[in-house]
Amino acid sequence: MSLLEVKDLQVRVEEREILHGLSLTVNPGEVHAIMGPNGSGKSTLSHVIAGKPGYEVTGGQILFKGEDLLEMAPNERAAKGVFLAFQYPVEIPGVTTWNFLHAALNAQRKARGEDEISSPAFLKKVREVAKSLNIPQDMLKRGVNVGFSGGEKKRNEILQMALFEPAVCILDEMDSGLDIDALRIAADGVNALRSPERAMVVITHYQRLLNYIVPDVVHVMSKGRVVKSGGKELALELEESGYAQFEDAA
Amino acid sequence: MPAVQETVERVRRIDVDQYRYGFETQIESDKAPKGLSEDTVRFISAKKNEPAWMLEWRLEAYRRWLTMTEPTWARVDYPKIDYQDIYYYAAPKPKKTLSSIDEIDPEILKTYEKLGIPLREVAILEGVEPPPGGPQTPSRKIAVDAVFDSVSVATTFQKELKAAGVIFMPISEAIREHPELVQKYLGTVVPTSDNYFATLNSAVFSDGSFVYVPPGVRCPMELSTYFRINERNTGQFERTLIIADKGSYVSYLEGCTAPQRDENQLHAAVVELVTLDDAEIKYSTVQNWYPGNSEGKGGIYNFVTKRGDCRGRNSKISWTQVETGSAITWKYPSCILRGDNSSGEFYSIAISNGFQQVDSGTKMIHLGKNTSSRIISKGIAAGRSQNTYRGLVSAHRKATGARNYTACDSLLIGDKCGAHTVPYVEAKNSSATFEHEATTSKISEDVLFYCIQRGLSQEEAVGLVVNGFVKDVLQQLPMEFAVEAQKLISISLEGSVG
Repeated sequence: MSLLEVKDLQVRVEEREILHGLSLTVNPGEVHAIMGPNGSGKSTLSHVIAGKPGYEVTGGQILFKGEDLLEMAPNERAAKGVFLAFQYPVEIPGVTTWNFLHAALNAQRKARGEDEISSPAFLKKVREVAKSLNIPQDMLKRGVNVGFSGGEKKRNEILQMALFEPAVCILDEMDSGLDIDALRIAADGVNALRSPERAMVVITHYQRLLNYIVPDVVHVMSKGRVVKSGGKELALELEESGYAQFEDAA
Repeated sequence: MPAVQETVERVRRIDVDQYRYGFETQIESDKAPKGLSEDTVRFISAKKNEPAWMLEWRLEAYRRWLTMTEPTWARVDYPKIDYQDIYYYAAPKPKKTLSSIDEIDPEILKTYEKLGIPLREVAILEGVEPPPGGPQTPSRKIAVDAVFDSVSVATTFQKELKAAGVIFMPISEAIREHPELVQKYLGTVVPTSDNYFATLNSAVFSDGSFVYVPPGVRCPMELSTYFRINERNTGQFERTLIIADKGSYVSYLEGCTAPQRDENQLHAAVVELVTLDDAEIKYSTVQNWYPGNSEGKGGIYNFVTKRGDCRGRNSKISWTQVETGSAITWKYPSCILRGDNSSGEFYSIAISNGFQQVDSGTKMIHLGKNTSSRIISKGIAAGRSQNTYRGLVSAHRKATGARNYTACDSLLIGDKCGAHTVPYVEAKNSSATFEHEATTSKISEDVLFYCIQRGLSQEEAVGLVVNGFVKDVLQQLPMEFAVEAQKLISISLEGSVG
């Protein structure tokens, strides 16, 4: 069974249709890249999968491990293993990163019927995870993303990904706002989390990111549909010729 | 969407679910006849076996009150109060004279147990349980004065406090036992003519706490008073007087709850604090009076005058308040910085939900030289509530070197509530340094969604964000109350997002 299956998805935002029948099948262990110009509906897809309010699904379905994802509340999806790494992670003043992560992890565990993890056990775990990703410990004590650089914010997303151990990770424009060094560090973190059970959907505007996170499948989106799919070489092709050739196809 | 439906349901159940203290104790009580007259004042004074000077003081206040009108400048709106339709005194009928805690009516003991207030002299463990077999956390004692409707029903740890020289007793007892102290200080911070509600309180106050900390003494434990309104149609008019003599220190906490009822009940308290040279009082409040139901019916009118007088040099008064209850709050804990180098602080969290109306803030009156004050106010408005910060910072002509820092932050949850900031600043000399910062923000959909995507429920997400917002004020509370306040904040905001 595929891990994530998007079938003929149609989505509206305020009466305007953004996705016009999008399909996508992701299997465990695979890394898919979704590329496309601005306004092609890439971020809408990621938001609908995660359950962000404000989108109206007018047709199609999304199955996650065979279950109807659209019937689940967003926090339920998180507990089941759907993770969205945000393009612009928000700041939460006054809430320490480690407190936030502890509360979130326990909420997920509770939803799955698992025991809550105690503070000392959690602290040990989060320190280990941070260490394995070369993330400085002091980041855990700071307010969630408050005063973080662009690179630090993305690393915080990756830290959470590592901690929650989701089955599907959607990375929404992870490269935006990162210089080349920060991009490499973030990509290393993502690569460390690739596994035969876990799938990743990497949404990006530029091919650059895919030099560091090498995908198994590349999809090109235009005007709310997937217009072409292929291997990693498709990304390079796009880099050469641009998106214009697909505008008409859509 | 089912999630939205659920939130709507929760908002509807607001009054039933959230207010955990809404129960009523079935107990016989002794009441003054309904209404207010000179006879009512005499009745209360006689009930308390007060000396003649006290009765005279009350009557003077009563006559004064008759000439005054209810203030209307606050941003609150309520139907006219019929002062003749209130009982001004209600006391649980004593079975006999009490000599120990075990003789208190078991119904009352049960009430306080249900509220989680220790009336037995047990030490409270700080924060968490000690690990099994591990070292015992040093325990901390808290002395409690429990005021039930109009009377104090128990005061704990009196003996231990007495050994330290600290007087902690119901004010009705202090009037009889320490008349010289009461006469010297009562009404010197909040005069009987101060304002409509304070004057009313001066006429009919029935009980409250009295604290005197002698020179050089650091009070060996936290003192607290727990106010409970139980009786129907009854006003609670408590009066608290705390004096920290030269070089002394005391930390005091008050808590308040009331049963949930459809009619509004009046609570008009007066608190007076006095610090002499080098003394410090830290006064913390967790106010959780019944806020009314989801339609705005019922709830307490909390019209309170609290003021501290830093009378001595280098003295300090610090107010910390967590206000989550009451239908209407009208409350401005203030500091008169009279002594040179004295300092005042006001840390406030005011949360309003449903139809609650809050008009609260502080006054920092700089009179002495080189006085300083600090105001940190966090207002959180949800539901259809209105939340106003009203503050005054003033420096007298002779108050050279006065300094103030004010930060007022408001957080809005939803789009049917309002947050307002009304700061007054008056500097009558050129050497004063006053800083004022204010922000208003909304909990954004993006922040909530971020939290929810990480597995938190809507309520948990709001609770987390709000607790982050109020963190710098929570840190001012004694540890065990900070934990309690944090829970209370989350409960108060349940169902606030829809």
